[in-house]
Amino acid sequence: MAADAPIRPSPTVTDDSAVFWDAAAECRLVAQRCAGCGRLRHPPRPMCPACSSLEVEIAELSGQGTLYSYAILHHPQHPAFEYPVIAALVDLEEGVRLLSCLTDVSKDDVRIGMPVHAHFVPTADGPLIPVFRPSEDL
Amino acid sequence: MTGRRTLARGAASIVGAGCTEFSRRAGRTELQLACESITAALDDAGMAAADVDGIVSYTVDPVEETELVRSVGFEEINFSARIPYGGGGSVGVLQHAAAAVASGAAEVVVAYRAIRARSGASRFGSAKTAPSPTSGHSGTTAMQWCMPFGVLTPASWMALNSVRYMHEFGVESADFGRAVVQLREYAATNPAAWGYQNPITLDEHQESRWIVEPCIHLLDCCQETDGSVALVITGSQRAADLPHTPVRIGTASTAGLFEQEIASDHYRPDLSVMDGTVALGRRLFEDAGFSRDDIDVALIYDAFSPILLMQLEGLGFCGFGEAKDFIADGSLALDGSLPTNTNGGLIGEGYIHGLNLVLEAVRQLRGTAVNQVADARTAVISASRTGAILTLD
Repeated sequence: MAADAPIRPSPTVTDDSAVFWDAAAECRLVAQRCAGCGRLRHPPRPMCPACSSLEVEIAELSGQGTLYSYAILHHPQHPAFEYPVIAALVDLEEGVRLLSCLTDVSKDDVRIGMPVHAHFVPTADGPLIPVFRPSEDL
Repeated sequence: MTGRRTLARGAASIVGAGCTEFSRRAGRTELQLACESITAALDDAGMAAADVDGIVSYTVDPVEETELVRSVGFEEINFSARIPYGGGGSVGVLQHAAAAVASGAAEVVVAYRAIRARSGASRFGSAKTAPSPTSGHSGTTAMQWCMPFGVLTPASWMALNSVRYMHEFGVESADFGRAVVQLREYAATNPAAWGYQNPITLDEHQESRWIVEPCIHLLDCCQETDGSVALVITGSQRAADLPHTPVRIGTASTAGLFEQEIASDHYRPDLSVMDGTVALGRRLFEDAGFSRDDIDVALIYDAFSPILLMQLEGLGFCGFGEAKDFIADGSLALDGSLPTNTNGGLIGEGYIHGLNLVLEAVRQLRGTAVNQVADARTAVISASRTGAILTLD
């Protein structure tokens, strides 16, 4: 990446969301797992909607998933990003969905259902965030 | 869930409607725009500011109740409410107003929205990397999960759903385009509309630049607009003594489902179906006892054209995946089976965050619309997760 390449803004980290972003900063993809019923959830939140438990564990995720949907964003453009941005909804193999974006793929090669894998890219203030690329390219 | 409740049928009526001009640069504040539309609505109702004891708006509206009261001259407010879900909550103002009237919490409620979506501090559809200061507590928490990835605009949020919809049902951009051509045909004869005297062809739609590929061309987008709309709601008994034929709120409802978001539902299992609208349709029709066959005109929130098709399906006016055929058959036209967005919609008329669709429903039932549906007696309004049926009966 060129030194003057656009760089995406860092995530807004709150007490509720820190579990996800703090792990991402260490190149780990995680979700909350309810300690009461075992259900995975994302985005993170304080209470399990299935059993009302407030106890959570951290589940490490493989980063493997399939592309549930995508959108090729052309306009309007923000200086922090390179266009087109390929926005993505990824269904991870553990059963949670992430909103992210795709890298290392031509927009014309993007297909719903394609296998994708997480990798991590830096943001303006340094923290890493998970984005996805087609699994064939690994 | 059992024991779903619906509003007392027809207990409240819309008795006044007012608006400012719709423009790209109002040249005055949202507070002033609200004052103007509310005064126009009260004049229309034959009422004075002192008659009002309830006010309802959107959580994202920048006009503060306190400033509004001291500007318009309301004397004593007994009830106020704000509706979440952004534009998706736009029809919710009718539910709250009707509930307030039916419960006795207020006797005369003003519902309003004032917006400078085009000339305000930032354009409504611009790329922002943080929720705006006025958008807290309105469902914007989900946006923090979008912004680091460059998913910054309402078009981009909705597009993720729309692309899955296209994939699931074989819908193409031209299918959205045929809806837009109809909306722009309506707008072309509406002097208040952004698209007045400026209809488009399907080719022009297809040639307009991509905003989000492969689902949203420039001409699929509503127009960021400055302006205000206000409505006056009171009990149907009192309404009978006022100047205009009362437009009854037959029913009004909200459908806020698990995992729904403000402009998307990214974490619900199946994004090819707008299932909040399915629930809304069930509440408006099955629960409240109205028939889809009784609907003379539909007003459907069309910030972007794909969600018009998805709501037609969710409301049950056609099967899932069939809106493209429903539209290609001419159903949305004045002589079609479901004249829809006869003001041109948000795409053709302008974007007062959905409340101008309620205004158009009132005009249709009063018989004063520029593209009038003959003998219109019953209208459905959908903003995907809030909706209402208005009726003269």
